[in-house]
Amino acid sequence: MAFERHAKIERNVTILAVLTLITVMIGGLVQITPLFFLENTIEKVEGMRPYTPLELTGRNIYIREGCYTCHSQMIRPFRDEAERFGHYSLAAESMYDHPFQWGSKRTGPDLARVGGRYSDEWHVQHLTAPRKVVPESIMPSYAFLKDKVLDPRDIAAHLKANRTVGVPYSDEQIEHAIADLRAQANPMGDPTDLQRRYPKVQVRDFDGDPSRLTEMDALVAYLQMLGTLVDFDSYVPEQNRR
Amino acid sequence: MTAFLQSGIFLLFALMSLFMIATATQAGFAVHGVIILIASLLAFVTTLGRLKPATNGGWILQDHSNGGYDDAVIKAGLIATVFWGVVGMLVGVVIAAQLSFPVLNLGSEYTSFGRLRPLHTSGVIFAFGGNALIMTSFWVVQRTCRTRLFAPDLAWFVFWGYQLFIVLAATGYVMGITQSREYAEPEWYVDLWLTVVWVAYLAVFVGTIAKRREPHIYVANWFYLAFIITIAMLHIVNNLAVPAGFGPKSYSLFSGVQDALTQWWYGHNAVGFFLTAGFLGMMYYFVPKQANRPVYSYRLSIVHFWSLIFLYIWAGPHHLHYTALPDWAQTLGMVFSIMLWMPSWGGMINGLMTLEGAWDKIRTDPIIRMYVASLAFYGMSTFEGPLMSIRSVNGLSHYTDWTIGHVHSGALGWVGMVSFASIYFLAPRLFGASRVYSLRMINWHFWLAMAGITLYTASMWVAGIMQGLMWREFNAEGYLVYAFAEVVAAMHPYYLIRLLGGVLYLLGAVMMAYNVWMTARGRIRNEAPLDAGQPYNPDQDRPHQDKPLAPVSAGAQPAAAE
Repeated sequence: MAFERHAKIERNVTILAVLTLITVMIGGLVQITPLFFLENTIEKVEGMRPYTPLELTGRNIYIREGCYTCHSQMIRPFRDEAERFGHYSLAAESMYDHPFQWGSKRTGPDLARVGGRYSDEWHVQHLTAPRKVVPESIMPSYAFLKDKVLDPRDIAAHLKANRTVGVPYSDEQIEHAIADLRAQANPMGDPTDLQRRYPKVQVRDFDGDPSRLTEMDALVAYLQMLGTLVDFDSYVPEQNRR
Repeated sequence: MTAFLQSGIFLLFALMSLFMIATATQAGFAVHGVIILIASLLAFVTTLGRLKPATNGGWILQDHSNGGYDDAVIKAGLIATVFWGVVGMLVGVVIAAQLSFPVLNLGSEYTSFGRLRPLHTSGVIFAFGGNALIMTSFWVVQRTCRTRLFAPDLAWFVFWGYQLFIVLAATGYVMGITQSREYAEPEWYVDLWLTVVWVAYLAVFVGTIAKRREPHIYVANWFYLAFIITIAMLHIVNNLAVPAGFGPKSYSLFSGVQDALTQWWYGHNAVGFFLTAGFLGMMYYFVPKQANRPVYSYRLSIVHFWSLIFLYIWAGPHHLHYTALPDWAQTLGMVFSIMLWMPSWGGMINGLMTLEGAWDKIRTDPIIRMYVASLAFYGMSTFEGPLMSIRSVNGLSHYTDWTIGHVHSGALGWVGMVSFASIYFLAPRLFGASRVYSLRMINWHFWLAMAGITLYTASMWVAGIMQGLMWREFNAEGYLVYAFAEVVAAMHPYYLIRLLGGVLYLLGAVMMAYNVWMTARGRIRNEAPLDAGQPYNPDQDRPHQDKPLAPVSAGAQPAAAE
């Protein structure tokens, strides 16, 4: 009887531990590893590029404040979601996201395509006093972001760490990281180099205070680019069946 | 020699933390440096303070053991469990109140919902649940192996190291140091520290099993072992990241879709192995002990152990239904989640049927009643889970408060109740009392918790399903009926009911803290026993008589004339 043979396992802690480890490894190996090798896991799209230094800074503020605890960035292929939030999200749209920000809860609306939907001023007012703009909102106030001046000293190290984990930042992009960060929020400068390095980059003062570069600038810059990169005119769903 | 080596390592940590403080460009990183500095200096001083000369001329660490089991570290674990339980649940009540009344976010970055929510989840899962698992596993492994802990000093290191992990994680969240991976929010250096502590934990546990004085390894230990090994694997893989320079921030090794599946492979198995396998280990020792009955089926425990740990690992993708995760992975996750129903119920049946022949104890023993309730909630939430993993059901439930309700039926019902009952089991034994200070207070705790869970889960089910239906409602003209903000407003009454449920549950936990505190002080409350009804008196059990009759009971005195 098989159950009697089990006595061998439960009399030897090494066998028990090794068998347990093998048993719990199988599922992950079968499910996760193919995602790195199957070529159709990530769709072929036009327009994706790494985040600009200012967008990346804004994204880190989004993470720091735990925005993902209430906002998803993953639109499902449902009629109501398409109507409310836009085209369903593609895997390609988060291919440079370390870590991903798909979220798991929608206490607030999905933000995958919030870019360009509202004005910068709306975002600043909404982040400062949410209920002045949306009376039903239960979002905390993030007014303090306007008073936090950005310290871009470390940004090159952040780009480098991203390159180590696979984001294709060029030497040039890393070298000009601090200058690019400042240039994106400076409407008076010459953005040509920045625009060459980061196509579709939005250059302007985001927080309504051109005299200072604040965390509000960074966060709004990040929100305003969400979902704006992929060119859906050239995207053919039928060629990306998975 | 080893004692000097130990203190040397702590001194090394102190030096490292000085480096952290000196080079920090962010205040949070410096604060963490100071916390590590204080902890390592304290460890350094205590280790040296315990040194005494050995007979052969060297120096050894004092051993205070009296030859019994190593229970001092378990006593500390019990106190930590109760303390973190109250703290974690209190933060839960605070964030529930913030969702009802957003003004309670106070406008400060340190008190906003986004930073406090991980404080709540980590507080109850890892601080409360983790301490409960570590301390009960030390109790169970010693008793079932009939031997003292392997390396008791290392067990103390596990205890204090784990508390340091909790403090670093919690302070980090409040200061905005987070990886944003749900239930794995601590940054890379805190993760490294936890890895060290966890390896020490594995060594103590396996070492104790290896020197056991019983031929067989008891089933509770299989579950504890699976929990320790699997959490190690999940923790290491899910936290692979590259720091940006020498600072708190790191970037996950994986991106987008691969990162999402790795995270939910971890996230779901934090549920599967931390909150299920570990607590099943607890159940397999304490339920038979408290009921004074053997485990119902040995064969069932073998079958459900191996099938549970094999199947659970596959269930992660059900957190990513209809997302950009490829369909084949979603389908696999769904199929295995549904299969998982069976081994889950295997555990519930084995636990409940252990009470066969002792069911009457539910009426008189509030601790048994808590174990039964926890197993019932385990059964209910492991039925609801597979249901919600079906893709079309998930299409409605995902992103809504239904998920929150589901989690809490498992967390408050199963994990909370089984831990409370085990705390009540251990408290008198650890503090040398004949029983818990007050059994009637346990009864109150039970009913407060039950009322709290009912309000919590019922309100979140209604809220979640309503939310999902409102989002997808179209009118005859083909337009969406509700704006998103209207759905947010519709949640308000349910959030209030949930808040009330949470307050009741917290109240029960506070009562437990008081009860354990009084037990530790050696007090016994003078109270009527919990037995149902009066003892039988045959003298009163007869029809009315005009004149008194001789008593029925043998040896009793004749009734006195009026």
